[in-house]
Formats: sequence, structure tokens, C-alpha cells
Amino acid sequence: MSTPERDLLASRRDVLKGGAALTLAFWLPVRGSAAQSARAVEPLAPNAFVRIGTDDIVTVVSKHIEMGQGTYTGLATIVAEELDADWSKVRVEGAPADPSVYNNLNFGPVMGTGGSSSIANSFDQLRKAGASARAMLVAAAAKRWNVPASDITVSRGVVTHAASGRSARFGELVADAAALPVPQDVPFKDPASYSLIGKEAARVDARQKSTGTATFTQDIHLPGMLTAVVMHAPRFGGKVKSFDASAAKAVKGVKSVVAFETPVRAGVAVLADNTWAAKKARDLLQVQWDESNAYRGTTTELFSQYRDLTKQPGASAKLTGDPDKALASAAEVLEAVYEFPYLAHAAMEPLNCVVRVGDGECEIWNGEQFQSIDLAQVGQFLGIPPAKVRIHMLYAGGSFGRRANPQADYVVEAVAIAKAAKLSTPVKLVWTREEDTRAGYYRPMYVHSLKAGLDKSGQLIAWQHRIVGQSIMAGTAFAQPDMKIDGSSVEGASNLPYAIPNLAVELHTTTLPVPVLWWRSVGSTHTAFATECFIDDIARHTQRDPYAFRKTLLHDKPRHLGVLELAAAKAGWNGPRPRDEVWGIAVHESFNSYVAQVAQLKRVDDGLRLAKIVCAVDCGLAVNPNIVAMQMEGGIGYALAAALTGAITLQDGVIQQDNFDSYPVLRMNQMPAVEVHIVPSKKKPTGVGEPGVPPLAPALANALALANGKPVRSLPLATQGITLA
Amino acid sequence: MITLDINGKKVETDAEPDMPLLWVLRDLLGMTGSKYGCGKALCGACTVHVNGTATRSCVLPVSAAASMKITTIEAIGESSIGKAVQEAWVAENVPQCGYCQSGQVMSATALLSANRQPTDADIDAAMSGNICRCATYNRIRAAIKRAAATLA
Repeated sequence: MSTPERDLLASRRDVLKGGAALTLAFWLPVRGSAAQSARAVEPLAPNAFVRIGTDDIVTVVSKHIEMGQGTYTGLATIVAEELDADWSKVRVEGAPADPSVYNNLNFGPVMGTGGSSSIANSFDQLRKAGASARAMLVAAAAKRWNVPASDITVSRGVVTHAASGRSARFGELVADAAALPVPQDVPFKDPASYSLIGKEAARVDARQKSTGTATFTQDIHLPGMLTAVVMHAPRFGGKVKSFDASAAKAVKGVKSVVAFETPVRAGVAVLADNTWAAKKARDLLQVQWDESNAYRGTTTELFSQYRDLTKQPGASAKLTGDPDKALASAAEVLEAVYEFPYLAHAAMEPLNCVVRVGDGECEIWNGEQFQSIDLAQVGQFLGIPPAKVRIHMLYAGGSFGRRANPQADYVVEAVAIAKAAKLSTPVKLVWTREEDTRAGYYRPMYVHSLKAGLDKSGQLIAWQHRIVGQSIMAGTAFAQPDMKIDGSSVEGASNLPYAIPNLAVELHTTTLPVPVLWWRSVGSTHTAFATECFIDDIARHTQRDPYAFRKTLLHDKPRHLGVLELAAAKAGWNGPRPRDEVWGIAVHESFNSYVAQVAQLKRVDDGLRLAKIVCAVDCGLAVNPNIVAMQMEGGIGYALAAALTGAITLQDGVIQQDNFDSYPVLRMNQMPAVEVHIVPSKKKPTGVGEPGVPPLAPALANALALANGKPVRSLPLATQGITLA
Repeated sequence: MITLDINGKKVETDAEPDMPLLWVLRDLLGMTGSKYGCGKALCGACTVHVNGTATRSCVLPVSAAASMKITTIEAIGESSIGKAVQEAWVAENVPQCGYCQSGQVMSATALLSANRQPTDADIDAAMSGNICRCATYNRIRAAIKRAAATLA
């Protein structure tokens, strides 16, 4: 999610203050016997984020979901650094859903993960958590050895008094330390002495995930649990009129077939002993749909309507100078229209959720990204207080935004099915890949129109940018009252970094029944493409080098300039270029991180191959440079899939894609080499989960424009007849 | 009853004959390492070895798997190649979300079992049926090469 306004409003509550009061009962028996055995003998738990057992195991409690972005490793690194822990003894477990303790400090009182904010909002909080635990261990040792605390050192989980030659492992000090008061003001380490931050600690989840032992929602099996497979209404807004389940109920293992309805969709669910029986029976359902209020739109027609809207002025998202006048007086005006389709998230783990709906309470097992919303929505649906909803946080097999849903759509659906089936035993909702692809919550489709005014000398004097598309925030708890501009529709455009004296960014917000949602890097998924391709258009038209042209417009944007120059230097932009290669460049800031990429196309026998992406990133202090690199690589691959083939289309209201054959995603043979360079920085860390995405498509399109002599104005490339070798 | 040979053990199941092996493993036998991703042999998350060959268990009826030697992610680490692959996966920090990685490890192990020194083209051919939405492909490639080196 991108909620910069909320960032400003966020109050930096000192959650540590109340943390010591957290009762042990909150901790769920999720991971590992070590933690449990340690718990039995009173761990040192000075706050809600760390506890140390007598077995030396340091358990970091993550308030953020691990969905691939490396957060568990990054958050643990911060704690372990201040604690001077032995990295091999550090474990991570997901926090219980308790926004009063585990709120995202960038979201105010809300617990949830998004907007590439996990490291950024947790950095000071977890430094304090680690430092205060360390101080208690040191104080315990000082007391035991009767020496000044200032003479004690800590390294890799061992507390040492060098002068007397005494030392103790963390576990040996736990009992004494736990009896001491939690210190309130503990100084942070000098970054010069960091031994973990900036040093590429190994991922804490790599072994589990390489051996098939990591637990995802899909893997939850509980006593008496039934699995639900669903058939959703084929069109948005459709309802169940009637259904014939006689054939479905004849399938061995089927226990129940129920119609359900949530605030966002309706369908029929088959509940069975196992997934296959439920799936087989689901395919035998005969459902009559009430489509009186169903949406019957077609995306080709929507694009036409959107293009027409770009001809009218929209609501102003940004106005500098007098762009109308400047355009009217310009020696030359360039124009371009860009089109972007709906996109599905298509995470590897199709959406699923395990629920147990009890009497006045509810328990949920989920790859849980948005605790506050899910607690509230489930509570509202069941008519119980949110506090009566318990959530067990599991790994998510990807999300890219999909599991953070303001309507809690799939979580409420699981609850609705359990309720409809009148089951007090656990129900596991499993969407097929087809339901996952067709059930909505897409990156919205957009049309952008841009105009640039040039003076006689070719200087860029005016910029008009109109964006047409649905609002992600409208109708959600994230909409500001009287919201005229959804910031997430224009981010990356309304804060265009280039120095242009007359600038207008306008928005037409359309309203359609197609559910839309943030998708890895949100507004920047489209604004970066439109702005960075148009800048290249202008550079080509005025016969200027696109890198040099950008530099002239970024003189007061040091961090944009920093990554642009680093990427260009590492690629050898200004040096001799291989004759069979064509390069494109793009730079974009999102979520306060800055990324530039050079796309290197190589001419091969059967066309153009994307040989390499040279990527430079400035995310402040890189807590774990290896994970920063992974997120750049992953963001590039995710963006490339969308650029090449990603498109969800509607025909008479029916989604035309359903699985990886009709919604192709990136495969091994299509992945370019990726080189990641990190700008050294002492600034506070910012996120990397999303910012690697935006520059990829424009950098690639800019290279293609050169190679093919024709600019790319619509995505995906496949619909423009462009494929890569 | 169908008798299966899974990870060197004989296992009896009363699964319906048309139930894909994936769901027998996951739902009836509690072996959840193999994942459901597409149900149509399009993504590879469900990959197991059947008589040593990487096979999409989501479309293999269990009746067709009887009498075959089935190896899953739960036991692949017991073979020297599987172990080398998993260690290389950890060393290269391959997994992100991790959901596809069981299938990736199984496909990579099958590749190295047949070809100890795969070229990039060999890796592309063997691995392009396994989707990773986190796009860990470059690290998968590096890990396969690392495993090949340790096995040499």
C-alpha cells in the first residue's frame, strides 16, 4: 500500500514501554521445540519482540509477514545486531494479531505489512528491543561478577569480562537478567561497529524452504478439518439463484455443499474430506446465477472510453506554473498515450485460509498480511468483537499485495463458508488457480495521455499528464474523507522528479464493479512507465542522450541522480557499447527508495534477447545487502512478466484468463542476468520489496524503441506483437 | 487399496484411483512439501520423482503411480545429489516466498542425476517448467552450478 499521507500522520508510539507486560499466553506454539522448552523455564522477554531462552536461542517476534521479501531475516538482523547475538542461534516467529503491540508505525494504529515499510518502520523499534535485552544481560553479568557494566563486552551471544577472564553465554544469564527492570533509555550501537547489519546474514528461512518443511496456509491440517473448494459467480456482481448439487454430493468424501455470500462476492462451496474430492465435486455443480446486477463490461470498450476521457481535463493532482499557456506558446508539442491492462497478482500459493468459527469467537490460520483489517472485517461479518478473533501468522507463498485486502475478501469468504455450513470445526478454503486468477482484485487498467511543450531551443518547458483509471483506495478504510485524488493513482507522476517549470498532473477516477487492489509498487507500476518512456521520447526527438537528458533535469534530486549515475557507470553507458546491443535506461523513486536500471538488449539470431539488467538502488542503509539484491532481482522478474505478457481482459464481463497458460508468467529461460549495485548510505533504511519493479518496463521499452524505431505505448508487449528471444 | 512405494516405504492408501498423486501425498499422507500451484502441470510446484524422472504429481492419477518408485521433497535430501542441491539452495539463499522451491529442488535434482555438468541451455530446458513468481531464477541457476561443482 502506498499511503504517504498516513506516513505523515503516523504517531511514533513507544510500544516497548508496554511491551514487558505482554503475557506469555499470547505466544502461539507455532515453531520449534526449542522455543517451547525455553518458555517453560522463564525466558528473558524484556519486550514484545525478543525473548532469550536458557538454551541460548534468541527468538525474534516478527510483526510483519514473511511472504518472500526477506523481512524475517531483516528484522532479526536488526535485533541481533544490537543484541550482539550469535546469528546461528536466532529464530523468528510470526507475531500474534495484536495491533496494540504490533502495529506498523508507518500505518498509525494499524497492524499490517505493505508499502515496503517493514524495515523502515521497525528499525528504531527493533534496535531498541535488541539493545535493551543486551543491557539486561550485561547488567546481570555485572551483578553476578561484581564488576562495572562498562567493563563488559558482548559478542556472538557471549558476555565477557576480559579483565577477570570470566564469560557467560546468554542462556546462563537469562534467569538473572529476567529479574532486572527493563531499561528505558539504552544507546544504540555505533554503526561503525556493526557485525551483522550490512554484512549479508544468511536467510533464516532458506533451509526450511529448501527442504519442504516451511509451513504455509495450504499445509495446515487440523483435526476434523474440511476443505472447501468454491465456484464463484462468473461475473462480478453475480449472485446464486439456485444450485443442483446432486452429482457433487455423490462424490466420495463430500460432506456439504453450501451457497455463500460476502460483501464482495457470491458462490457455492463444496466441503469435503480432502481437496481433490472437493475440487471434483465442485466441477460437477450445476449453478443458476442471478446476473441481474452482474457487470458485463469488455476491456477493449473500456480502453476506448478511457482514451476519450483523457481528452478532457481531470481533477488536479499537481499544478506548477501555467502548463496550458506554456503548451499554447510552445514551439513544439509532443504527445503520447499509454495503455495498461488489468493485472493479476498470481502468487504461487493460490489464495486460501483456514478458519474455525466458534461460539462468539473465531480462529484463523493464514499467511496474514493485514491483521487489523482482517480482525475488523471478520468481527463485523460474524458480529463479534475483533478481540475475539485470533490469527496464527504463517508463511505466505507470495502475495505482491493480494493478501492485504481492505475487504479481507478471501478471509471473510472462508468464514462465510464455515458459517453457511454451520461448522464449528476448522474449514480450509482453497481457491483453485482458476478462481485465484478470475476472482478480481487486479491492478487497475489505466490510460495515460501526456503532452510535452518544447521551446525553440528544444528545452522542456511544459508537461501535461492525464491519468484515467479506478481508485484503489475509494470505498476502503484507507480513503480520506472527501477524497478527490487517490494518491495511489498518481504517485510517481504527481511527484515527477524532473525540473519542468509548468506541470499539470490530472486524474479521472472511474468507477467500475471490477475489484482492484495494490499490486507490487502500486501506482508506480504504470506512472513510471508513462513518465520514463515519455522522457525518452523527448530525448530521442531532440536527439539527446537519454541519460544525459535526465541528468540535466535532475540537478536538485541527488538520490535520483545517484542511482542513475551508478547504474550508468556500472553498465558503461558512456563507454563503447557492443555493436549488437541496444540499451535503455529508467529511474524511479517509490516508497522512499530510488532505483535506476539499464536494460541491455542483444541482437541474436532469432530476434532480441534481454541479456542483462544493471540495477542501482539507494534504500538508505542496506540492512542485508544480499536481500536487497534478491528483491531487486525478484522485482525485475515480476515486472518483466507483466511487461511481456501480463494482461487480464474482460469480455462481456467474463475474465478471459484462468491459469498459467492464458496468464503466462516469467520462466527460467526468460530471466535476464541481473547486476545489483547498492549506493552506500548512512540514511535510515527504506524498503526494497516493491521499488525494484517500476523502472524495469520503461528501461526495456526504451531499449525496444531504439531497436525497433518505434516507441512502445501499450503493455503488455505481446499484444504489440513484440516478443523477446 | 492402492499400494505405493514412497521414499522407499510401502504405503497403502484408499484413495480414489483418479485422485492425483499430489493430493494423496498432501491430504491423505500428510506429506505437504509438494505444493499445489496450478493443477494442470503448468507450474511445477508439485514436482516429485517417479522412477527417477521429474513428474508433475498434480496430474498423475494415483492409480498410475502404483508400482512406481516415488521420491518426494521429504526424502530427496537422503540422496547425495538431493543433499548437494539443498545445501547449494541454502548457500545461494535461493528461496524467497519458498512455495515453489520444493518443486525446483526436485527438478534440479533430476537434472543433475541425469547430467552432472549441465550447461545454461540444459538448465533452461530442465527448469523452465517450474515457475517462481519471486523470480529466483538466477540464484537457482547458480545453485545448480554450485551443486554440480560439489558433486564433481
